[in-house]
Amino acid sequence: MRKNKLSNAIILVVLAVLFILTPLLYPNQSVPFQMMAFMTLAQGINLLYGFTGYLPFGYVGFFGSGAYGVSILVLLLHWSVIPAVIGGGLFAVVVALLLSPLLRLSGAYFSIGSLAASEIVYYVVSNPNMQNITQGPYGINLAGIYDPNTSYYAMLVILLIFTAVVMYVKNSTFGMSLLAIKEDPVSAAMAGINVVRRRVAIWLVSAFAAGLVGAVYGWYVSVFYPSSVFDLTISIFAIVFTLFGGGGTVLGPIVGTIVLYGLYNTIGVSSPQYFQLIYGLLIVVLVMFLPQGLTSLLKRRGINVP
Amino acid sequence: MSTFLFAVVSGILFGVFFSLMAIGLNFAFGVMKIVNLAHGDFVMLGAFGAYYALSTFGINPFETMIMEIVVFLVVGVALYYGIIPRLLRSDDPEMLSLILFFGISQVIEALATLAFGTNPVTLPTNALGQLSFQLFGQAFESSWVISFLVSVVAIGLLYVYLYKTKMGIATRAIMANRDEAAASGIDVNRISAIAFGIALVLAAIAGTLTPFMLGGIYPSVGVNLTITSFSIIVIGSLGNPIGTVVGGLVYGLSLLLMQTYLSSWANMVPYVLLILILLIKPSGLLGKGARNA
Repeated sequence: MRKNKLSNAIILVVLAVLFILTPLLYPNQSVPFQMMAFMTLAQGINLLYGFTGYLPFGYVGFFGSGAYGVSILVLLLHWSVIPAVIGGGLFAVVVALLLSPLLRLSGAYFSIGSLAASEIVYYVVSNPNMQNITQGPYGINLAGIYDPNTSYYAMLVILLIFTAVVMYVKNSTFGMSLLAIKEDPVSAAMAGINVVRRRVAIWLVSAFAAGLVGAVYGWYVSVFYPSSVFDLTISIFAIVFTLFGGGGTVLGPIVGTIVLYGLYNTIGVSSPQYFQLIYGLLIVVLVMFLPQGLTSLLKRRGINVP
Repeated sequence: MSTFLFAVVSGILFGVFFSLMAIGLNFAFGVMKIVNLAHGDFVMLGAFGAYYALSTFGINPFETMIMEIVVFLVVGVALYYGIIPRLLRSDDPEMLSLILFFGISQVIEALATLAFGTNPVTLPTNALGQLSFQLFGQAFESSWVISFLVSVVAIGLLYVYLYKTKMGIATRAIMANRDEAAASGIDVNRISAIAFGIALVLAAIAGTLTPFMLGGIYPSVGVNLTITSFSIIVIGSLGNPIGTVVGGLVYGLSLLLMQTYLSSWANMVPYVLLILILLIKPSGLLGKGARNA
């Protein structure tokens, strides 16, 4: 347990130093910003998939809800930025609460059901009839609160918080009970675990992560469209990064995001199809030969992965 | 009133076409218990086949259809032997197949984008042939009617295969219980491979009709087609081919009625139907008993 605490502290310090230093050394701040955003989203997916086995294809719905939450609070209700960002995250939690009946489904039904749910949120937000509230398809302009530096550090704080949440869940009885539910919900219920309440709890935490990331993302870019913040690619990236690194670990999503998002930035930006081809093949190879992700290579050799 | 009748009749024409599009996905699920998340991408490939055959070589869509039947059957059988037996031996084939076919779908979409570009392509609707069809004093697009007829024939042939041929009966035995079918001497892998090939063939046939029914075709349309197909088979009931026809009709009618009366919300139809059915009656309209959810 002591050893775990030490390695967790090292991970947090390394992440903080890494993302404080990169903007000083690397001219384009938006690359490390987006890497932090995807890393947090991957940890959010990790909380849900790694500990419960639910794979939410529609995860981007929470991200978009957060971005639109912050814009509604700032533009219509004139809140100041920090409360609006937290409010944006809570918007996503409300959406998640409304969608919590989806947790009654299992496996593929849940994945595709959540995808359909996020498409519904997208079509509602982008509908021209909603112009008074969301500007419909015409996008949001938050130029009044534009502040790339502060929002950069806000994203870093969110990344560190949710990495710490994953660490907590992994080492707590709460996380153990989730793993028990994943293994066999009926036996877990017999052992006195409130299956429904725990599943909903982790679902809301995971949605809150995506909502906060979406809110800070909206703040950072300050101009966005429904099609950009509800882009399915965001879910897909976060899922692939998590699967690649390995769910159920703290390091898996971090390693997955650094490797694959780094790869994306070297080859993907100019020709996204080649990157899509590579990660498509990667998924096929992973499922066939390494379904537990990269970190399982170490675990198999008996090395403890935080 | 005539608008309403027009919407209903077109809804039925589209509904049967959508049934054809979805039935391959359902068939593969019924036989192998895998979710082919790349189904819509195979439909998309079939559509691009029809487009290039016609626009480059002047081959008519029906001839393309026959060529695609052969090609997709071979691809399906090869794909089966390449991945599925290994997948079915794993702990959780349903979930892993979802992720795996999602990867395949990304590969297909990437290759299609590299080959065809991202701009939608269209075909003239009269390329399928002319056929005048009037009902209640309304004229319907001949391409819709021809697609409807092709869909009816293709679905009918699937029935003949399943209920009248020896291999079809073996397929149904595997659908009922894979292990017992293997125990009674059925070559499970061979029959399933052909079933997977047939599933892709059905996707390809629907694909050749897609440019005439749904308009512009582009590589990333595959995801939408997959979700539409999935909604339809969930509405109908997974693993029940008759259900797919019911699901297709429900979907086609609701889509056309929404397009007629509330067009700005029509895009949401497949998603809303899917969520409603999943939450209210997860076993589908024709389902018996609950699924292991």
